[in-house]
Amino acid sequence: MNIKLDEYKKYSNLFTELVRKGIKLKYRRSYLGIIWSMIEPLLTMIVLTIVFGTLLGHNEKEFPVYILAGRLIYTLFSQSSTAALKSIRANQGMIKKVYVPKALYPLSAITFNYTLFLISLVVLLGVSLVLGVYPTWRILLAIVPLLILFLLSVGAGLILSTVGVFFRDMEYLWNVLLMLVMYTCAIFYYPEKILGSGVGWILKYNPLFCIISNFRSCVFGTSMDAWMLGYSAVFAIVSVLFGIIIFDKNQDKFILYI
Amino acid sequence: MSDKKNVLNEKLNTEDIALSLSDIGMCFNLSTEKVDSVKEYFIKLMKHELKFDEFWALKDISFDVKKGERVGILGLNGAGKSTLMKVIAGVFRPTEGTVYKQGVLAPMIELGAGFDMQYTGKENIYLYGAVLGYTRKFMDEKIDEIIEFTELKNFIDVPLKNYSSGMKARLGFAIATIVKPDILILDEVLSVGDAKFRKKSEKKLLDMMDTGTTVLFVSHNIEQVKRICNKALILEHGKLVTYGDMTEVVARYEEMIK
Repeated sequence: MNIKLDEYKKYSNLFTELVRKGIKLKYRRSYLGIIWSMIEPLLTMIVLTIVFGTLLGHNEKEFPVYILAGRLIYTLFSQSSTAALKSIRANQGMIKKVYVPKALYPLSAITFNYTLFLISLVVLLGVSLVLGVYPTWRILLAIVPLLILFLLSVGAGLILSTVGVFFRDMEYLWNVLLMLVMYTCAIFYYPEKILGSGVGWILKYNPLFCIISNFRSCVFGTSMDAWMLGYSAVFAIVSVLFGIIIFDKNQDKFILYI
Repeated sequence: MSDKKNVLNEKLNTEDIALSLSDIGMCFNLSTEKVDSVKEYFIKLMKHELKFDEFWALKDISFDVKKGERVGILGLNGAGKSTLMKVIAGVFRPTEGTVYKQGVLAPMIELGAGFDMQYTGKENIYLYGAVLGYTRKFMDEKIDEIIEFTELKNFIDVPLKNYSSGMKARLGFAIATIVKPDILILDEVLSVGDAKFRKKSEKKLLDMMDTGTTVLFVSHNIEQVKRICNKALILEHGKLVTYGDMTEVVARYEEMIK
């Protein structure tokens, strides 16, 4: 193992600086600044509610909460994985000149996106209260799917950042794959019909759908699905372990390819 | 191997060795066409056309540097000087051999690696400080000293993209020299900025050297090497030609380039 713990301790400052840099630069020179991370999901929610609420005839009062909960999680996953995928190349200037543990780049990119995601959860709370979805004690359990989500992002991020170094077209391929992930996440439709049909496995084996589904259960105060919880947790942990192994095995070669 | 290690450990303890290189080799893949897309990779793999053109930038380099010695690194362009410095700094992991170093090493290979152009001068000081492994608290204490040395007080809150290259180099130099390292690597950095700043930075480096810092100095300026170093080595096509007392080695080098 090349990933040495004491080394990471020494570079924890750099990790914080990189996360800080991501957050600071994202909204620099915009008038509303970090408030955008709350307005943006709110606006998308309104659009999606209008489009799919009308299209699919979902006029339940809490439909926007349902959409928002799903979309926030999907957006975090897509943004953090894409950022991680590009992170090594984006920091090549630094990598080529000084020694820094390379895992810092994908990890800080994921953490920065996750921090913004946590801030944007405030919007979900606001919308829930306005539309009469009052949190129960089960909302506290939401921390479990959110933790699994973080692990899944880290695992996917480590794998993608490694592959992204060697194959530049992974960026475009991943965009297409993310679209597939989005449509199989049941963000703007109710999944019951599909789950009951022959192709239900497409949703059930999508770990992100499992996370979204359990997170929604916590928001709406119903109990989580045990199978989905277990499956997504195992999937996330395995992806982290796999990510650590392939990243660690290849990181010394990065510099020869960027 | 373990015998070798024991011998080395003994040497490190008794002889005041700051840096020890044994059998360093660095191999690059100079394939004429870089395969960096998945499609291309598989097509080439099928056709058995994956070419690997090996190039040894460094081969069988072994030498010891004692504490307080100042070694000039001489050689023509492409002899492997910068690669050697990057191997010692840890940017490249050598294909063969090992580098042992004692104490804090400050690489000044390219000043300002890791600067972010969107960030202001001041923010970059903190970021670069973190790259070099310093804590935010430590940087808080040193920030005034750094800004004063750069003479850029009026521009410190301006984004770096508006800086001239000389201004960036000043900033990099001031941060890199804020603590006294045990080993200092200087790769063509004494040519930054205007004449006045060059004088100031040379003086700062000489002050550092007086206090017993070990120095590796890469330069094409023989006069500078004569002034600064007490030992020297010559690299030619990635091989160590000679290593020893400065006057003898420089004389031989002058013979070589005639």
